[in-house]
Amino acid sequence: MQEKNRGLALFTFLVFLFLLGPLLIISVTSFEGGNILKFPPEEFSLRWYENIFNVEMFLISFKTSILVSLAGNLLALLLGVPAAYALSRFDFKGKTIINAFFVSPILVPGIVLGFAFLRYIVGTYQLPIYAALFVGHTVIMLPFIIRVISSSLSNFDFSIEEAAESLGASKVGTFFTVVLPNIKSGILAAVMIAFLESFNNVDISVYMTGPGVSTFPIQMLTYVENYFDPTISAISVLLMIITAFFMFIVERLMGLSYFTKR
Amino acid sequence: MALFTLQDISVAYNKQNILKDFNLEIEKGKLVSLLGPSGCGKTTTLRLIAGFLQANEGKFLFKDKDYTKVPVNKRNFGFVFQNYALFPHLSIFDNIAFGLRLRKISKSEIEKRVMNVLEIVNLKGFEKRYPQELSGGQKQRVAIARALVIEPDILLFDEPLSNLDANLRVNMRVEIRRIQQELGITTVYVSHDQEECFSISDQVAIMNKGVIEQLSDPASIYKYPETKFVADFIGFKNFIDFDKRVDHEDKIELSKSGYVFVIQKDAQMINLSGKIGAIRPDDLLIRAKDISEVVSENSISGRVKVSTYLGRSFQYVVETPIGDFTVNKEMTESYRAGQEIVLEIPRNQMVLVD
Repeated sequence: MQEKNRGLALFTFLVFLFLLGPLLIISVTSFEGGNILKFPPEEFSLRWYENIFNVEMFLISFKTSILVSLAGNLLALLLGVPAAYALSRFDFKGKTIINAFFVSPILVPGIVLGFAFLRYIVGTYQLPIYAALFVGHTVIMLPFIIRVISSSLSNFDFSIEEAAESLGASKVGTFFTVVLPNIKSGILAAVMIAFLESFNNVDISVYMTGPGVSTFPIQMLTYVENYFDPTISAISVLLMIITAFFMFIVERLMGLSYFTKR
Repeated sequence: MALFTLQDISVAYNKQNILKDFNLEIEKGKLVSLLGPSGCGKTTTLRLIAGFLQANEGKFLFKDKDYTKVPVNKRNFGFVFQNYALFPHLSIFDNIAFGLRLRKISKSEIEKRVMNVLEIVNLKGFEKRYPQELSGGQKQRVAIARALVIEPDILLFDEPLSNLDANLRVNMRVEIRRIQQELGITTVYVSHDQEECFSISDQVAIMNKGVIEQLSDPASIYKYPETKFVADFIGFKNFIDFDKRVDHEDKIELSKSGYVFVIQKDAQMINLSGKIGAIRPDDLLIRAKDISEVVSENSISGRVKVSTYLGRSFQYVVETPIGDFTVNKEMTESYRAGQEIVLEIPRNQMVLVD
């Protein structure tokens, strides 16, 4: 028994090493003092972290990314909260089909979805690049919003709604005074997960960025193609920290069980 | 005069009738329970009164006004749910004040009324807590307080005690009855627990398959069930389907397969048309049969089929020429399976039902 456990521990360690090793190496290389990305680093320095803020395109694309993610998030919420509510609250014909339809963007490969957007949003409808990014990102975020909020609503006891109505609240009033406050943390978690999904997205953004307009991850790709210095390592470390922080908050709000559930 | 009336109500769900031509009148200040097995339509009736549900046909009259289409939030009826349905994000004070705030009542008046109702339900000092911090019984008190504080015209209870443990259930039902009588508030109470309904109600409606089988005060129902369903539901385990019935001045003579039974006519006995005799297991007399005994009036000989130990008493299933009977007998002496015995139906213990 003891023997077996030791074997398991070793196996687990190796899996983690395999998963986290590259990230560890990236983290270490970000502190390189020299001009070329290499491992192990020769001298310690924070100059590449500083360099992030000196590259203008990073700052501009960062703003673009934030803007697109936040605006898309807002629209996805306005569409996703009512959708999640209706799907959890009511039974109706075709519910499973609609459910499947709402999560379908997760199932379709991003690279395919991106091409479809390029073809129709940019090609057929001739939307400007910003608008195309905005629409595209709303569509990627929507399934996450709907899924996380649905999962939050699955713990919601709808007889509370009836209680509020019997005390004199209208249907709309009930939604705002009783339903919303109780799924607040679910909504916040949904916003964060969707934000990460959108902010880190490459495969769809890559079709919809063009001269002068770029999202942050796309800008990183462009940079790597031209420079070999450890700036990208430094950015990667910052992105990992932000992501980990967001996920920590999501875990605090409603647990990560949503990733394993349903 | 009736405070409210359900008139020829029909409710169907997925083409299945839950209520059909349903009628009910309830008087002001009374506590009426709807009692019946699950699926009998009692909760549907309650939800219909509350306005959570619309009838396909029929009318709901409240103080002689047509309330059929009045939405829930305009009815001013208090509803107490089985699972309490407290607002988890609000303190006890805010839970109770919820309905008052919607009625645009001044802050000081809200404070006064919430405190007052907290005192009525014995929860003074709990106003700052949250629902998660309370026990089941306390939660249900808050739910009652929340429904009471809006001074509802009718108070509706949907199996309010079924999530509580047995001891608490007894205390709470006494409490509910006390509050209801103190405030004189018209109440409809739904439960599947017979003892609960009988102990707190002015009137009990026994429901079966969307129909009220009998509506009357608890004592009458207990003693004089009118239909076989009601009799069975309240514990008359034994039924004899008689072939012949002869009415005399002060007694009724009934016979089945040549065995004759006589029951006393009773002024209170409402149902005089039935031909099915019903008797409780506790009211049947059982005794060992002497070899030479000639079986006398109202008695029949039989054989014990099954003997079950119930703690205070034994329960026997007895086989007789006119069917099996279930008999309870205190533990003074016990009979073995297979033993020959005599069953006697006392003249005043059998009722006739449809």
